[in-house]
Amino acid sequence: MKRFIGFIKKEFYHIFRDSRSLFILFGMPIAQILLFGFAITNEINNVDIAILDHSKDATTEEIINKIAASKYFSIKKIIEKESDIETIFKKGKVKAVLNFEKDFSKNLVKDHEATVQIITDATDPNTANTISNYVQAILQKYQKNLNKEISIPYQIVPESRMVYNPELKSVYMFVPGVMTIILMLVSAMMTSISITREKELGTMEILLVSPLKPIQVIIGKVFPYIFLSIINAVVIVVLSIFIFKMPVQGSLFLLAMESILFIISALALGILISTISATQQTAMMISLMGLMLPVILLSGFIFPISSMPEPLQIISNIIPAKWFIIIIKGIMLKGVGLQFIWKETLILLGMTVFFIALSVKKYKIRLE
Amino acid sequence: MNNNEVIQVEGLTKMFGDFAAVNAITFEVKKGEIFGFLGANGAGKTTAMKMLIGISKPTAGMATVAGFDVFTQAEDIKKNIGYMSQKFALYDDLTVKENITFFGGIYGLSRKRIKEKSKALIEELGLEEVANKLVGALPLGWKQKLSFSVSLIHDPKIVFLDEPTGGVDPITRRQFWEMIYKAANQGTTVFVTTHYMDEAEYCDRVSIMVEGKIEALDTPKKLKEQFNAANMNDVFLKLARG
Amino acid sequence: MSITVSNISKSYKNVKALKDISFEVKPAELFGLIGPDGAGKTTLFRVLTTLLIANQGNAAVAGFDVVTDYKKIRNNVGYMPGKFSLYQDLTVEENLNFFATIFGTTIEENYDLIKEIYVQIAPFKNRRAGKLSGGMKQKLALCCALIHKPKVLFLDEPTTGVDPVSRKEFWEMLKRLQQKDITILVSTPYMDEAALCDRIALIQDGKILQIDTPEAIVKHFPKQIYNVRASNMYQLINSLKDYKYNHSVYPFGEFVHYTDSRTNFNPEELKVHLESKNLLNIEIEVTEATIEDTFMELAK
Repeated sequence: MKRFIGFIKKEFYHIFRDSRSLFILFGMPIAQILLFGFAITNEINNVDIAILDHSKDATTEEIINKIAASKYFSIKKIIEKESDIETIFKKGKVKAVLNFEKDFSKNLVKDHEATVQIITDATDPNTANTISNYVQAILQKYQKNLNKEISIPYQIVPESRMVYNPELKSVYMFVPGVMTIILMLVSAMMTSISITREKELGTMEILLVSPLKPIQVIIGKVFPYIFLSIINAVVIVVLSIFIFKMPVQGSLFLLAMESILFIISALALGILISTISATQQTAMMISLMGLMLPVILLSGFIFPISSMPEPLQIISNIIPAKWFIIIIKGIMLKGVGLQFIWKETLILLGMTVFFIALSVKKYKIRLE
Repeated sequence: MNNNEVIQVEGLTKMFGDFAAVNAITFEVKKGEIFGFLGANGAGKTTAMKMLIGISKPTAGMATVAGFDVFTQAEDIKKNIGYMSQKFALYDDLTVKENITFFGGIYGLSRKRIKEKSKALIEELGLEEVANKLVGALPLGWKQKLSFSVSLIHDPKIVFLDEPTGGVDPITRRQFWEMIYKAANQGTTVFVTTHYMDEAEYCDRVSIMVEGKIEALDTPKKLKEQFNAANMNDVFLKLARG
Repeated sequence: MSITVSNISKSYKNVKALKDISFEVKPAELFGLIGPDGAGKTTLFRVLTTLLIANQGNAAVAGFDVVTDYKKIRNNVGYMPGKFSLYQDLTVEENLNFFATIFGTTIEENYDLIKEIYVQIAPFKNRRAGKLSGGMKQKLALCCALIHKPKVLFLDEPTTGVDPVSRKEFWEMLKRLQQKDITILVSTPYMDEAALCDRIALIQDGKILQIDTPEAIVKHFPKQIYNVRASNMYQLINSLKDYKYNHSVYPFGEFVHYTDSRTNFNPEELKVHLESKNLLNIEIEVTEATIEDTFMELAK
C-alpha cells in the first residue's frame, strides 16, 4: 500500500510541475466554457433590418414601432422602392426587409387580411429562420391584441413554445456538450500522455523491473486525473450556474455520480490509447483524432443525431459521450431522476467496465 | 593575419545571462591541420563550435573562419565549410543516392557535379550494393562514413565534426579516422570534437576546455610530457583534478 | 551461479540481435559486457531483467528463471538502463525516496550501501534531477538502483557520454560495491574500462567473441604487436597497408599497431620498406596487446 501511495505522490508532483499539463488541465476548460457561452450564440440581438412601407398608415406605424422597440431588431433604413430591396441586401447592410403592402389598414378592416412580406438574407439559414420566426412572433402578438376587440369566427392560433429552453438560449445546449468534451479530452488525453511519457523517457523500464504490480501503475496514473477532472467538472457547473444562469433542475448528487462514471470511462480509454502508443505525440494525436472529433461530430453535441444518416447514427451509439450528454441534459435541464435515465446509465456503466477490462488486459508487462 | 591560418579566434565569448559558457578563448588552426577540440560535457565546446560554424552569435571577441567574420559573414561561413553532427547526419528515410543528391543540391553543386561526386563517393566507400537502400537500414558505421563524405561533397576548406564516432566499433572508428587523415592530407582542415580520449591522440594539436576556458593547447606528445601522463586520458584527469 | 545464460537467441523483425549467447556470472563478480552499439548488450540486459522474452534458450538470475519467475527477479535486482532513467522533474531526494518506496524500503534502511556515493550529490538533494550534470545523474541513478539492496545489479552503459573523471570515480565505486557481496553485470563500449572487470565478454553483432579475465584475453592474443611511428601518420598507414605481409594495421594514438602475417617477422625489413616510401623518423618497437587489439582481431 505504501508503494502505491509513493507512486501516486510522484504522479501529483509531475502534474503540478509541468506548466503545460496544468494549462490544459485547468486553463482550457475554463477558456472553452467562457468562449462557447459568450461568443457563440444562436439567438439574435439587434439585428439590422429595413422597412419598405407602401401604406404608411396607422397600423403599419404601430407594427413598425413594436418591432423597433424589441431588443431583437434595429431598424437601420427605411427604403422607398422595391428595387432598393436587392441593393440593400447586396450591400450587406441588413439581414431582413419587411415589405408592407399598399393599403394595409384598409385591407385588414375590409377583408380581414393583410400581407406583409418578411424577406430574410438566408445566406445564413439558421439566423434567417430565427429572424423570420421572431418577426412572426411579434406579428402574432400584435394580431392577437387586435383580435381581442373584434369578434371573428374560430381561429386556431398556433402557439409554439420552446420547452425547457423558452428563450432558445444556446448556452443550455453548449454547456452539457462542452463539459462532456472537456472531461473526455482531459481525462483520456492526459492519462495517455502521462503513461507514454514514462515509456519515452525510459523510466517505464525501471517501473516494470520493480515490485510494483501493473494494476498499481494503472490506478496510480489514473487517480490524480480522476481527482482533477472532478474539480474541473465542478468548476464548469459552477460557472454555468452563476455566470450563464443555467439551471440545474435535477439532483446535484446524481449529476456528480454520473460525471464520475463518465470520467472513469474516459480514463480507461486513455489507458487503452497508451497501450498502443509509443510516444506522447502519438498518444495526443489518437486522443484528438480518435476521441475528440467523433465526440464533437457524433455525440449529438452540435449536430442532432436524428438528422444524421443511418450508419452514423448507429456508430454514434458506441460513443460514450453520446449517452453522457443525454444524461446530463436530462439532469440539468429536465430535472429527471435515475428512473428516466437508468437505461443510459447502464449502457455507460457497461462501456466503462469493458474499457477497463480491455486496458488491463492489453497493458504490457514486458517491453514488446 | 597569417595566410596559413584558416581559423582565427581571439577572446571569443558567449554569455547566457551572467553565465559565461565560453569565456574569452583564443587560438588558431592552420590549414590542413587536424585540430581536436576536447572537453567534458558542459565545458563549452559545443557552444564554441556553434559560434564558429555561424549558427550562434558571439557576445564578445573576434573570430574568422575560412577568412570570413563570424559576426558579419555567418552566411558565407556556412557556404564554405562542411559540418557533420552525430545527431542530424542523414535522412534515414531517403536512400544513399538520394541523400547525396539532396545535400549536393543544398551546397549548390551543379547536377553534373553531383552525379560525378555521387559515383566517386559510392565507389570509394564501397556502397555500390546499397546505393539504393534506405540509409536507415545501414549499420551505424556505414552511416557515419557516408555522413562524413557528404559533409565534404562541396570540397570545403574546413570541415567541423561534432562527436562523429560515438558508439561504433573500434575497427569502424579507425576506418573513419583514416578518412579524416586522407582529407587532411589533401589540404582540408579538420576541426573535431570528441570525448574519446584515445582519439585525441590522432590529432595534430589538441585543446582542452574546462568551464568555458581553454586550459591546455598543444600537440598530444607535448601535453603528455607537460602533465607527465601516459596518455591523453591521464592528461585530462590531471587537468580536471587541478 | 548468480547469472546463467544458456543459448539465448533473440530477433526483432528481421534483425538477429542475439545469436546463441551463453555465459555465467559468479556471485559478487564484476562482469563486463564489452562491445559497440548494436552489439546486443541492451537486448541481453532486457532479457535478463525480464523485460523481453528470448526466442530461444534459457536464463536465470539469482536462481530464478527469467520467464517463469520473473516477478521474483523484479523484486530482487537493481537495474540502471541506458540514459539513466530518472524523473527529471523530481529532486534528487524525491527520486531516491520514490525508488525506495516502491521497493518497500526506506532511504535510511540501506543507507550504508549508498553512503559513499550519495555524499557526493547530497549537497544537491533539492535540485531537480533534470538540472544535474551527467556525472551527478549517473551517481543518482546508481543510488536509486542500489537503494533496496539488490543481490544482482544490472548497469547498461552507465558511463557513456560522461566525462573521464566521473567515469573513473564510477568504476571505483563499483569495485567497492563488489566487496559488499553484490553481483554486478556492466556493459560498456569503452575498452579501457574492460580492464577493471573481473571477467569480460567481448560481444559484437549479437555474438560473443570471447570470455575470460582481461589479463588472459590479452595474453592469448595470437600475434606479436609492434608499435610503429613515423613523421607522417597518413603516409605511414598507407605504406603499411601496401606492405604485402601485413596482417593488421590499426592506428593507435601516435602509433600504428602492426602485426605481420609471418611467424618469423624481422622488423628491419619493414623499416627498409618504409624508408623506401620516403618516411622519416621511423620507430618500430614491440608492444603488448590491449583488449581493443583483441577485440578487433576477433571481430574481423
